[in-house]
Amino acid sequence: MAQSVVVQVGQCGNQIGRCFWDLALREHAAINKKGIYDDSLKNFFRNVDTRRNGDGVDISKGKIRSLKARAVLIDMEEGVVNEILQGPLKDIFDSKQLITNVSGSGNNWSVGYKVFGSQYRDQIVEKLRQTAEHCDCLQCFFIIHSMGGGTGSGLGTFILNVLEDEFPEVYRFVTSVFPSGEDDVITSPYNSVLAMKELNEHADCVLPIENESLFDIVSRINQMVTSGKPGTTVKPESLITLNEGGIKKKLQEKPFDTMNNIVGNLLLNLTSSARFEGSLNMDLNEITMNLVPFPQLHYLVSSLTPLYTLADVNVPPRRLDQMFSDAFSKDHQLIQADPKHSLYLACALLVRGNVQISDLRRNIERLKSALHFVSWNQEGWKTSLCSVPPVGHSHSLLALANNTCIKPTFIELKKRFTRLYKKKAHLHHYLQVDGMEESCFTEAVSSLSSLIESYNELDVTKGLPIHDPLRLNIVI
Amino acid sequence: MGFSSSCYGRKMRNSMVSWLEIRLWHQEDFSLSPICEPEQVTEPFTAPGKGLVAMSVVTVQLGQCGNQIGYEVFDTICRDLHNSQGFCCKRENEVYQASCKEHFFNEERSGVPVARALLIDMEPKVISQTLLKAARSGRWKYGQHSHFCQKQGSGNNWAYGYSVHGPKHEESIMNLIQKEVEKYDSLRGFSTIMSMAGGTGSGLGAFLTQNLRDAYPNSFIINQIIWPYGTGEVIVQNYNSILTLSHLYRSSDALLVHENDVVHKICAKLMNIKQISFRDVNQVIAHQLGSVFQPTYSSEGSCQYRRNPLGDLMASLVPHPEFKMLGLRNIPQMSENSLSYTTFAWTGLLKHLRQMLISNAKMEEGIDWQVRPPLLGLPALEKVPHNKESHFNTSIANLVILRGKDVHSADLGGFKDPALYTSWLQPSDAFSEWRTHRAFNKYEKSAALVSNSQFLLKPLDTVIGKAWNMFASKAYVHQYTKFGIEEEDFLDSFTVLEQVVASYCNL
Repeated sequence: MAQSVVVQVGQCGNQIGRCFWDLALREHAAINKKGIYDDSLKNFFRNVDTRRNGDGVDISKGKIRSLKARAVLIDMEEGVVNEILQGPLKDIFDSKQLITNVSGSGNNWSVGYKVFGSQYRDQIVEKLRQTAEHCDCLQCFFIIHSMGGGTGSGLGTFILNVLEDEFPEVYRFVTSVFPSGEDDVITSPYNSVLAMKELNEHADCVLPIENESLFDIVSRINQMVTSGKPGTTVKPESLITLNEGGIKKKLQEKPFDTMNNIVGNLLLNLTSSARFEGSLNMDLNEITMNLVPFPQLHYLVSSLTPLYTLADVNVPPRRLDQMFSDAFSKDHQLIQADPKHSLYLACALLVRGNVQISDLRRNIERLKSALHFVSWNQEGWKTSLCSVPPVGHSHSLLALANNTCIKPTFIELKKRFTRLYKKKAHLHHYLQVDGMEESCFTEAVSSLSSLIESYNELDVTKGLPIHDPLRLNIVI
Repeated sequence: MGFSSSCYGRKMRNSMVSWLEIRLWHQEDFSLSPICEPEQVTEPFTAPGKGLVAMSVVTVQLGQCGNQIGYEVFDTICRDLHNSQGFCCKRENEVYQASCKEHFFNEERSGVPVARALLIDMEPKVISQTLLKAARSGRWKYGQHSHFCQKQGSGNNWAYGYSVHGPKHEESIMNLIQKEVEKYDSLRGFSTIMSMAGGTGSGLGAFLTQNLRDAYPNSFIINQIIWPYGTGEVIVQNYNSILTLSHLYRSSDALLVHENDVVHKICAKLMNIKQISFRDVNQVIAHQLGSVFQPTYSSEGSCQYRRNPLGDLMASLVPHPEFKMLGLRNIPQMSENSLSYTTFAWTGLLKHLRQMLISNAKMEEGIDWQVRPPLLGLPALEKVPHNKESHFNTSIANLVILRGKDVHSADLGGFKDPALYTSWLQPSDAFSEWRTHRAFNKYEKSAALVSNSQFLLKPLDTVIGKAWNMFASKAYVHQYTKFGIEEEDFLDSFTVLEQVVASYCNL
């Protein structure tokens, strides 16, 4: 079985990362009753005998001794990483997996990329190599970061470059938190657009996330939980906004934790079919193969359902079908987008739990007439069935859409960038960094424009009558 | 249609006759052995009182689909083998059981029969599951060293399966196969089980088939191909399918196709399964395959079981290398509950089966009884476009396999009607029948039809159309060129398959 390494960069990246590891442990604890280190654990965790000196010897089979996360934690401030190392997860990380500084990147992409990038390059490569050496078959790097700040955005995308140079055969999946309209970081448009160019050129696959969407989802769940309406008691362990720490110490939950847990669940569900068995497996390399029809169009809009499970025992088939419908509603998307009214290039449905191929097919049949697919991919569905459901649920669905509905997000970003750049506002903070010139900005916005243009070209074809191209003529 | 003396018909007949002679010669020459072991020429082993030993066929299970289905096939065969409800005398049942064991299993000291199969996949989860399930059954198992797997799959990428995994693991896999082959006195051929939609079964499967052809030129190769659901299991399934089919067509002897959509409908409409799982689908496919390959008598009135059913099937059904696409129909099909209180008559079953053949019905329900074969002596009908639903299904060759009670009373005259067939084969050459008393899988009477006809014309045409449509926009092509499959290779595949479509269309 192949392994994955998580690279969490910056404050946001590490907060999300912490939630992810917490959820991963909870998931495995619920499934792995015998405490045996099996293949599914191997994906994200090493099994180490820490009594020995040094790094701890990797134990590939048998009982679980000490689990170590396959992760590298990077931040140019110490606060978040230190919290992680002192919190309930401290045992799954060790100091050799961290790179920290004290000064921070000042919400400046160029400080993160150019200054800290060159300063820490060798250390970064060394830590990555060490982590990779513990894997017998490294398949994928998961990078988690935000786009609006300085470290996650700048150093995060620098690391993306490093990964491509040093590990060209390993997939790079990036989970990027995009800034919202009312972001309090004024320079977030600069940081985001500069980072976008790197994502365009060096990521295999990007899962954009917007805080607004996460916030809306959290609000809706809270409404549900506190409504007190009869028949609406929610199973606490089923909330996708709670983690292990959260269940036990709800009051001490960090403000962003509820939102971050949603992203943690996204990553768990994304990898479930690769880790656990099922009747139709989907490995991570199948995601890029099926969802990226052209190299630059690798941005996937994700949605997770259900958000919670009601406590009543019966799950009538209508509820299962509701799960599929919800996956396409704009309320469940993790960015502010409406895929239903835009054009699909491809769509993947990753189903977990007691769902069979007939349920899947019935729902695809039911829903596809309301969706618009590009002419050359009218049946563009990729599906997987994983037998193991997430904790607290009997089934769940993660939908990944390569859809032109993401275009408004990019257009909005470009607008905000242009508003600042026209006035040259705060530009000197960037240009005074060694290696930064105005051309960096113009190239970045040009890269974004060409991406938007690609989506425009596809959107134009939406709704047009389809003419099948002439087939080859064979003479007998 | 009549016996046309057209130029095309004559050409077909001439090239077909020489093909037929070559294949028959291979079937009968017992001293042939795989090319890599010239020393091991052996006489066929004769077990006292048992008759001649079966010719060996090695089943190669490829990828998730191949391994999941392969398991169900051996499990179904094993269940049928132990079924006491054979609707025949005890002695006959015993001979059937012995023959079945000889064909599909090796004896081991532990007494638990070992399936004559190899399990190949590029990632470990499915093989682990499959080995475990078989072992748990207690009635049979896979060989301890009969599998090969890696850590990372082919990512639904045909190019990766064919150009990366194939060459990389060629030596190990061929060694594994050679070791298995060495266990048998005489190897007859290989049967691979694979899906077309993914990356391993399809890409690695195509590569392996080529290798088998090169390494064992005198053995036959049949590919059991799983045709994916029309509406996506995999987005690039149409690319993977055309690449697979075009490559297999060059190296394989026959392609026996199982369509997921069809089997799914059988589960829904005939077996009344509410929540259909892949397991249900796979079990139906296993039942259909079992009904074909379980022991059958070698000829009319014989008491000996056929030694080489797979070889005989191919000799009967593939008279010409341009026509290798075989379809399979099996009736009746119903839930086990209904089975116990339903009775069948051969006349009814065969009437339905014949109409299914000529109207290209996929299952026993919703048969179009309006379709009739063209009348002899009248001028040949204008060729109807192949996408018209009510088009009459022309056959090249058919094989009907009957099992169960009163099997010798069944009248197969309807299948010998020359109007069903193309002009360039006499019905006596085009139609074969195998009858066996011993019933299969608790069905008092069952009839299977393996047909080389226009059955697969429409599905093939559809897949080519969709793949072509996607190729015209170049979508996903970069994923293939990354691993050495260029646009040229796609075009070659399209050309080969359009040729196949045209050939079948012109029957």
